[in-house]
Amino acid sequence: MLSRPGLPSFDYVRAGSHDEVVRLLVTGGPDVRLLMGGTDLLVRMRDGVVRARTLVDVKHLPGMRTIAYDSAAGLTVGAAVTMNQLASNADVRAHYAILAEAASAVASYQVRNRATLGGNLCNASPAADTAPAVMVLGGRLVLCGPEGEREVPIDEFFLGPGKSARQANEFLTAVRLPPPRQGARGTYLKLGRNREGDLAVVGVGVLGSPSSEVPPGYAFSIALASVAPVPLRATAAERLLAGQKPGGAAFAAAAQLAAQEARPIDDVRSGVAYRRAMVESLTRRGLETVWRGLSAASSGRGR
Amino acid sequence: MATHSITLTVNGAKEQVDVASNWTLLQLLRDRLALTGTKNGCSAGECGACTVLLNGEPVNSCLVLAVEADGANVVTVEGLAHDGQLDPLQQAFIDEGAVQCGFCTPGMLLSARALLTRNPHPSEREIRQALVGNLCRCTGYARIVRAVQKAAG
Ligand SMILES: Cc1cc2nc3c(=O)[nH]c(=O)nc-3n(C[C@H](O)[C@H](O)[C@H](O)COP(=O)(O)OP(=O)(O)OC[C@H]3O[C@@H](n4cnc5c(N)ncnc54)[C@H](O)[C@@H]3O)c2cc1C
Ligand code: FES
Ligand code: FES
Repeated sequence: MLSRPGLPSFDYVRAGSHDEVVRLLVTGGPDVRLLMGGTDLLVRMRDGVVRARTLVDVKHLPGMRTIAYDSAAGLTVGAAVTMNQLASNADVRAHYAILAEAASAVASYQVRNRATLGGNLCNASPAADTAPAVMVLGGRLVLCGPEGEREVPIDEFFLGPGKSARQANEFLTAVRLPPPRQGARGTYLKLGRNREGDLAVVGVGVLGSPSSEVPPGYAFSIALASVAPVPLRATAAERLLAGQKPGGAAFAAAAQLAAQEARPIDDVRSGVAYRRAMVESLTRRGLETVWRGLSAASSGRGR
Repeated sequence: MATHSITLTVNGAKEQVDVASNWTLLQLLRDRLALTGTKNGCSAGECGACTVLLNGEPVNSCLVLAVEADGANVVTVEGLAHDGQLDPLQQAFIDEGAVQCGFCTPGMLLSARALLTRNPHPSEREIRQALVGNLCRCTGYARIVRAVQKAAG
């Protein structure tokens, strides 16, 4: 495209209450779109991919920009918390480091000042960088609608590219994470066409923690971005690790399974074969990184 | 389409303007306030030529609605110099030859200004990370990084 047109016409409403948002969604139907950072929405409207008569700005509602941590209740992140806010928050960095890492992997510093966690998830792109982190952390999405609030586990939220379990008359108010698993270590590995600032060709989130519930004594969660129509849990790889002693052989086998579970496509950023190979390689690397952290912590405790 | 009456502070001066809902902050700055130092490269958040400080933090003004800047404090490249004195970053860009065609320079300066405010002595890696969202099509990155290092002292 040589020159881009301005934004098409629409009205802007700064929402004053949750009820007002729901009312506007119910009465306006598809003519109404929700706005937070606008880093997805405004680009898509300018390109004519998304049309709307009214944009409802929900980021100033109470609680939308706050992060609250409680060791018993876990973490509540307002839907409009920005990527830079997440990446610099002391509680997130201390207890949910993989989420801070994923937030800093998004785009550029300027975009991260506007881009929100909720916008990233509601956009429901398979490439959403925060999705794998929220998945391995067991996140739940808080949706507000005409009947009040409901929570949807993130594993049930993504239905297809741009499609989610959010009903047309609901909006996201927060993301809740359970209390951190004791001694957990995590990492988010992102491969882009360049080292920083681009959408993921492949993204892999790995979380591991000591666990008495599985025979090997450690539980691992793995989630993948950009390699299927939705962000994906690598459940077969997770199951294999629940039955094998952690280490190089188990990690290599699990990474192979993860690559088989991926359902990548050819697109402008990469091809199927390369994506599959990179899932394997990044999953193995992620597991090894997490395992080093877990082993160092357990020897540090004198075991 | 509705218009909104907004007030904001731009480079220290209070402005009251009527803006259409679909105006971006970039359009307001360039087309209404005639602050053409801020550039439009891509209108899509990719290039950083439109970077300004919104309440002290760098943002892509092409992806911020003008009405969203109601009540905000905005700094553009025109607001960097004070009392006829260039910002040390501007002087360093000149001294290091970090300006070629100059199209990316205003955005670079504001991203770098914000970096030095939050981290007065960044490493080279931190400088490069802070400038990921500012593309220079003349590709003068080495000199730009050196200029930021020089301004940091
Ligand atoms: C240059 C550039 C680079 C990018 N790079 C990356 C990257 O590396 N990784 C990545 O993951 N993303 C990237 N993105 C995409 C985007 O920045 C992120 O997805 C961002 O987190 C979106 O958040 P937002 O607040 O800007 O969302 P918005 O654009 O405000 O909204 C996104 C979508 O969610 C809907 N929505 C907004 N608020 C709500 C709500 N409360 N409830 C329900 N639906 C809602 C909107 O209607 C819209 O459809 C990039 C974007 C740009 C422009
Ligand atoms: S013009 Fe705004 S980022 Fe390119
Ligand atoms: S100096 Fe020409 S684009 Fe950077």
